[in-house]
Amino acid sequence: MNIDDKLALNLFHVDKDPHIQVDQEICRKCPHRLCTYVCPVENYTINEDNTVVFAWEGCLECGTCRIICDQGAITWDYPRGGYGISYRF
Amino acid sequence: MENTEKFDVIVVGAGPAGTTAAYVLAKAGAEVLLIERGAYPGAKNVFGGIIYTPILNRLIPNFWEEAPIERHIKGLKIFLLSEKNAVSIGVESEEHNQPPYNNSFTVYRSKFDSWYAQKAQDVGAMLITDTVVDDLLWEGNKVVGVKARGEEGDVYADVIIVADGVNSLLAEKAGLRKEFKPRQVSLGMKEVMELPREVIEERFNLSGNEGIELKYMAGDATKGIWGGGNIYTNLETLSVVTWLSVEPLLASQQKAPELLERFKEHPFVRNYIKDGKTIEYQAHLAPDGGYDFTPKYYTGGLLVAGDAARFLNASIHYEGTNFAMASGEAAAKAVIEAKKKGDFTEKGLSHYQKLLNGSFVMKDLKRYRKLNRFAEKNPEFFDGYFDAITQMAVDYFTVNELPKRHQEFNMLKRFRSNLRDYYASDNPVTRRQKGLVRAFSRTCPLVRFLWKCMKGGIAFV
Repeated sequence: MNIDDKLALNLFHVDKDPHIQVDQEICRKCPHRLCTYVCPVENYTINEDNTVVFAWEGCLECGTCRIICDQGAITWDYPRGGYGISYRF
Repeated sequence: MENTEKFDVIVVGAGPAGTTAAYVLAKAGAEVLLIERGAYPGAKNVFGGIIYTPILNRLIPNFWEEAPIERHIKGLKIFLLSEKNAVSIGVESEEHNQPPYNNSFTVYRSKFDSWYAQKAQDVGAMLITDTVVDDLLWEGNKVVGVKARGEEGDVYADVIIVADGVNSLLAEKAGLRKEFKPRQVSLGMKEVMELPREVIEERFNLSGNEGIELKYMAGDATKGIWGGGNIYTNLETLSVVTWLSVEPLLASQQKAPELLERFKEHPFVRNYIKDGKTIEYQAHLAPDGGYDFTPKYYTGGLLVAGDAARFLNASIHYEGTNFAMASGEAAAKAVIEAKKKGDFTEKGLSHYQKLLNGSFVMKDLKRYRKLNRFAEKNPEFFDGYFDAITQMAVDYFTVNELPKRHQEFNMLKRFRSNLRDYYASDNPVTRRQKGLVRAFSRTCPLVRFLWKCMKGGIAFV
């Protein structure tokens, strides 16, 4: 089962702005890009032009990217109250 | 809310730690505001699958008669996996089918946390949801309130209890801890899978509201990464979990969600979850037991409880919810004590540390830190040793024409050669070994194995 199918099962209230800011300039020079491995919803992907793209719509607010980014590229915050993931179970 | 409004206590986060604190304080007559960022308590909360309830059952006796629980957990089965072999041990008791059911219940956090927060409201706490707390308000070196995002704005109180989970930005802003390092956290991923009730009960040998937990310890369940897998039985669903210590996960360069998929397809897992229809996907960080990285748990006007303070027993027990409730209760009691003296300074709240030290929270953290450090330093235990041990067990029970004594001799020989092959192969463990150590592991793998087992035993005791 792929991640998109899994995320389609979840209830999200997606805000219009991302709650996590990613500094493209820093990511461009990142030697490891480990965020693309450890994010449990594969929200971090590498674009054709070699930039790291963060898609906040499916973010589960787990906090992993915040801890593993040692380049200082991620400004992590919670979504607005009531927005983001709402677990039903 | 007007700026002039002031509460006795503000609790941030309506999980088991925060709600316990709010419940105890409100019951003692304090004016408590409980703030939750989700649309309802539990909306943001992820755990493996079992709440441990010795504290809750003391606060609300026989709570299971009214709380939205799924099943009581009468036992568990522990698996050691290699790619082709499995060794498992089961522990079950009829006693655990009687109240208080070994204080272990599967629940859905969305329902349970909402129920629990309602109990706190029933005794007088005020709950507001949909509200993120962005910052603390200070007066000198004492916290005097919180800054909520949006219309709530600034709210004041004598004391703030921070129970906002593992990603506690507030504990960091209070200067009580630094941002966690990858070695201090695990990433848990979970699927809730629907199956007919009868199928679950037949498949796991259960009747009525009985439940069971399957625990898969590292090994091939996690491709040798320190962590594990779990299957928990709910009434009409299974919670299927993989958790991975983040530092070795990073070193492995494997995609985390693929490791959950791999676990689900493992030969000793897949039949338990066969035909299960996934209905939700969850993921969250969990702290890995905090004794070595102890933050300070309080400052003037503020206390930290639950995951925010890294209160979790990251061992074979993996208990978090009762650590959360115990620390929430201790925080509440410390505040009540401080209120009597009218002293909410750091000194006035220091009773919190004494209560924590006297309870299982600090005692268990202290004990299991050694085990965690051992696991960190000896990754071969969850990798090559698993393969060798499970193969030995399988060899022991292999049926052939050899006399058993001969077969046992072969078993030990193969065990030794498996260990030797492991130390001779190129893998993350052997890559870490240098010169003499490496030569020693290759020539005397059995001695090294016994030595490591002894050290592991000492770490455990």
